[in-house]
Amino acid sequence: MVGATAAPQDPGARTARTDAPVLATVTFTVNGERRTLELDTRTSLLDAAREQLHLTGSKKGCDHGQCGACTMIVDGRRINACLTLAIMHQGAEIVTVEGLGQPDNLHPMQAAFVRHDGYQCGYCTPGQICSSVAVLEEIKAGIPSHVTADLGAAPQVTEMEIRERMSGNICRCGAYSNIVEAITEVAGSRA
Amino acid sequence: MKFDTPAGPNPIDRLKVVGRATDRIDGKYKTTGTAPYAYERHDAAPNAAYGYVLGAGIAKGRVRRIDTAAAKAAPGVIAIVTTLETPRIERGVMNVAYLFGGDVIQHYHQAIAVVVAETFEQARAAAFLVAAEYAPEDGAFDLAAAAPSAKPVPADSGEGSGGNGEERVGDFEGAFAQAPVTLDATYATADESHAMMEPHATTAAWDGDRVTLWTSNQMIGWGHGSLAKMLGLPKEKVRLDAPFVGGGFGGKLFVRADAVLAALAAKAAGRPVKVALTRPLIANNTTHRPATIQRVRIGATRDGTITAIAHESTSGNLPDGDPETAVNQTKFLYAGANRLTAMKLARLDLPEGNAMRAPGEAPGLAVLEVAMDEMAEKLGIDPVEFRIRNDTQVDPNQPDRPFSHRDLVGCLKLGAERFGWAKRNPKPGQVREGHWLVGHGMAAAFRNNMVLKSGARVRLSADGRVTVETDMTDIGTGSYTIIAQTAAEMMGVPLERVVARLGDSDFPVSSGSGGQFGANSSTAGVYAACVKLREAVAQKLGFNATDAVFEDGEVRAGNRAIPLAQAAADGELVAEDAIEFGKISKAQQVSTFGAHFAEVAVDAYTAEVRVRRMLAVCAAGRILNPKSARSQVIGGMVMGTGAALMEELAVDTKRGFFANHDLAGYEVPVHADIPHQEVIFLDEVDPMSSPMKAKGVGELGISGVGAAVANAIYNATGIRVRDYPITLDKLLDRMPDAA
Amino acid sequence: MKSFTYERPSSPAEAAAAVAARPDAKFIAGGTNLLDLMKLQIETPRHLVDVNGLGLDTVEPTEEGGLRVGALVRNTDLAAHPRVRKDYGVLARALLAGASGQLRNKATTAGNLLQRTRCPYFYDTAQACNKRQPGSGCAALDGVNRSLAVIGGSEACIATHPGDMAVAMRVLDATVETVDASGSGRSIPIAEFHRLPGDEPQRDTNLRPGELITAVTLPKPVAGTHIYRKVRDRASYAYALVSVAAILGKDGSGHVAFGGVAHKPWRVEAAEADLPKGAKAVTARVFADAKPTHENAFKLTLAERTLTAALNQARA
Repeated sequence: MVGATAAPQDPGARTARTDAPVLATVTFTVNGERRTLELDTRTSLLDAAREQLHLTGSKKGCDHGQCGACTMIVDGRRINACLTLAIMHQGAEIVTVEGLGQPDNLHPMQAAFVRHDGYQCGYCTPGQICSSVAVLEEIKAGIPSHVTADLGAAPQVTEMEIRERMSGNICRCGAYSNIVEAITEVAGSRA
Repeated sequence: MKFDTPAGPNPIDRLKVVGRATDRIDGKYKTTGTAPYAYERHDAAPNAAYGYVLGAGIAKGRVRRIDTAAAKAAPGVIAIVTTLETPRIERGVMNVAYLFGGDVIQHYHQAIAVVVAETFEQARAAAFLVAAEYAPEDGAFDLAAAAPSAKPVPADSGEGSGGNGEERVGDFEGAFAQAPVTLDATYATADESHAMMEPHATTAAWDGDRVTLWTSNQMIGWGHGSLAKMLGLPKEKVRLDAPFVGGGFGGKLFVRADAVLAALAAKAAGRPVKVALTRPLIANNTTHRPATIQRVRIGATRDGTITAIAHESTSGNLPDGDPETAVNQTKFLYAGANRLTAMKLARLDLPEGNAMRAPGEAPGLAVLEVAMDEMAEKLGIDPVEFRIRNDTQVDPNQPDRPFSHRDLVGCLKLGAERFGWAKRNPKPGQVREGHWLVGHGMAAAFRNNMVLKSGARVRLSADGRVTVETDMTDIGTGSYTIIAQTAAEMMGVPLERVVARLGDSDFPVSSGSGGQFGANSSTAGVYAACVKLREAVAQKLGFNATDAVFEDGEVRAGNRAIPLAQAAADGELVAEDAIEFGKISKAQQVSTFGAHFAEVAVDAYTAEVRVRRMLAVCAAGRILNPKSARSQVIGGMVMGTGAALMEELAVDTKRGFFANHDLAGYEVPVHADIPHQEVIFLDEVDPMSSPMKAKGVGELGISGVGAAVANAIYNATGIRVRDYPITLDKLLDRMPDAA
Repeated sequence: MKSFTYERPSSPAEAAAAVAARPDAKFIAGGTNLLDLMKLQIETPRHLVDVNGLGLDTVEPTEEGGLRVGALVRNTDLAAHPRVRKDYGVLARALLAGASGQLRNKATTAGNLLQRTRCPYFYDTAQACNKRQPGSGCAALDGVNRSLAVIGGSEACIATHPGDMAVAMRVLDATVETVDASGSGRSIPIAEFHRLPGDEPQRDTNLRPGELITAVTLPKPVAGTHIYRKVRDRASYAYALVSVAAILGKDGSGHVAFGGVAHKPWRVEAAEADLPKGAKAVTARVFADAKPTHENAFKLTLAERTLTAALNQARA
């Protein structure tokens, strides 16, 4: 066994059958800041951010990976923060919506969402934005999607590609058409 | 301010701020994750413990015993409140089922306990240690089986549609029997879930005998009164705050278990507690749009003039619940001398049916507008033309009562032109592109315009800033922005000088958000308060209020021009008023109109349906912010497309619950389901609606859109499915041979 | 979720030993299904063995001309791998048809094979489910079962395997490689990896307690048009109603497996000889023993028509 920093602190806990929480320590970087947390091993990355770090931008819409509101970018890739344990991210680089931009210093994607009204109630919005930023990177990296016609060719930024890749982010207010316009604009301005 | 005569010219007509496509002023907070929702109030309730709600595992019966011993002993547990040790709590506004207290289980996943612990993880784990024993009872869970016993009942959706159990004009049966062309068809719509992205959530904190609830609720005024009643407190001791609401669609019109349990749990725990309903609980614990069985009969002359029209709907609900008001639009949408509408209600023991976005019209038009398509085909008349031929400018039930402004024909004609309707092949099943069968469909949209009293307070400070306070909510509707636009227009200041503060029960009571009444009513309330503030400013600066022009941050009359801020130089000026709607709102029929057009492609092998194009044309009075209004319409179109193609709470008719109770099981549209959507607003004003001359659009977008999709599927395939949602299994057997 | 202890072993054998030592221990990799189920206490491990640090995340060519896919290769990476895109298109397509971009970034090759069913009664702990609670009964039999199995079910269970990847692996004749606590490995043909429910629906696979998947080996590529056609109620981010994984020649000859129809990827090799005759001939044999419910009988029609689409695509 390696001396993982996320191992239980109480050696006796390894064989314990009680419901006592098992605590573990994890250190990762969140929005450029190094954070060390002592956590109940059961804490999801989402709850660690929202309840421990008070970074409530990442939303809990379903807590079961069925909506995408909790999307964060971890080590350069977007994931559902509700379906991963915080202690599994020792040393990780985590970016939440708060790290992309701030109210008076918006990330280009955040600004595009405002311009195109790519939201309504706002609850899915941080997830949509984190996903959008990551989607453009995925296309750039040549990762194919379900709608990529030719698996041998590099995928292009098309509306169909964006719609398919964004489908893990549900917007019940139905801002999809506007979100695609926002992403398309940002993709175009970066090209 | 009383609104009892048609609106004349007023400062809003300048349209320097109002009526312009404006980015949302709260956008920078929503896009950066800094807009606080109900479960995120670390700022206001820093020490909140976590409540986890348990739902009943039976659909009907009684709870015999709840064993909390193990849970109480679990680590971190602070308190457990069970329904058995709580007297049955009174219901609030619009509640049908009881939310908590007592041993009676009225529906599956009804809340039976809340477990409070130091952490979410501990509360959740302890909740699974609570054991309940039940005495289940048989119930009625199958609408089709219960329908024959359904009785006609009057109802009001609470959101602008309703009527008597049966309403008649002329002699429907006689006229229908004599009509040379008739249609008699029966349709079904499914139980649907609001599935808003933010779960129902509340943080509650007591300070002595006063309680504050940061909660996710559309109607603060209703919620405030309801919670006071439910908690047995005078209203002054209860405060609700909902600056941001993560979607509601009618599911948060009223108090739900999260708010009641947060308040009870916080009291029991002796510290703030936050409660969010878990996603798997929401479909059965809260409310839904009830399924319907609808029969439509239309009789017409050979030239397509409707002579008889009947629309009857049957839905189910718990005792004290209402029927879905699905026949409402049929009273107003088309001419015809002989008419019958009826709403029947069957007693069911499924969870509570209640308002969901355009209650009544959404499922009603989904059916009526398919029937109209079928009738047009029988008559051999283009469906757009058939609707135009049967337009009416008066309430067909009371021909002396006109519509205030009705341009359905304008919507239909412009929509047909922009969509390229003339190129549609009217013969179904003819257009094929590769493996896709392509079709086009359309439908009319109709939604009544409801108005509710709405109050606001406006402050002018020495720095020239205008602050609006009202308990109006922004549930994604864009209230922050249109309210600020209204104040900016009225006070003659740029939008940046206006601060809008919403959702707090300490502010004047507004219309709240629902029934597409919010935008028009709440901005009219702000208008009223601003009129008062203008009077106070004029008086302070020595102007005659009626002559003074408020513009460019100045107040002007004759040769005098004084900076607005000067009026508050020696102290903030505050004005409060409400708009109250008089008889004028009833004297004419005030409604909103639209036309939906859709192009679909149906896979020739698998019968999967893809929507390729959507267009809506809307006539809804003055559009206050075309940018956010358009979003409201496209959002309705998405939800209506979901209802047409996939959304269905799957009823386990034996065990009495919705089985697909999460967002993987209950499918709503995703990005890939929705094409680019086009929306056109007709340039119009309606002086009968309010001083804003605006009407609602938030529900017009969903009204009729599902029928446009359904009609397009028919045009593509020649298969008429009368049972929503139109999933591929309902098409498959009748699809043309695939080989 | 019950509290659990957590460890990160340093080798696959050590990981296997850690899980074998405790009946209440489980491996965790991507965690996207396990944590979902733990939140509902459908899975209640008291000890988690995090295998993410074990390597096992590379895709290597084999001497036989195939590919050895590490157990921890993420779905995104496997689908994007140049060899997979070029030679195993059916697999890339199946992966890309599954879940969402976020989930594919986390989900692993081994974890995908071990996905549990999406039957609504399995997910509702107030309902009878023999898979979740052996002996409690099966509410799905007379309940909501539109999405469930049409073939291979039993009186105890009509759940389906919800995945896409395994269906492609089935048509590719993949082999699952494992290691146990003693460090010895074995190879399990994909056909024998998943089980039918029988009277032990709680057992999804033939893995032994503590046995850890280390890799999936793909034999050398099979020529033909690689097709994965997934049919679902919405355009993306949904489980299959029916899926067809096929490798087909211009004359229609080839191989086919079906997803969304059974407790395991469904393939009847003997029926494949009939592929050139058309879909009906094949599905008549593949689904000869089907026992659909009233709600899901459409899957039989759908399977046939989807195979027709695949055959026409291959012939075009």
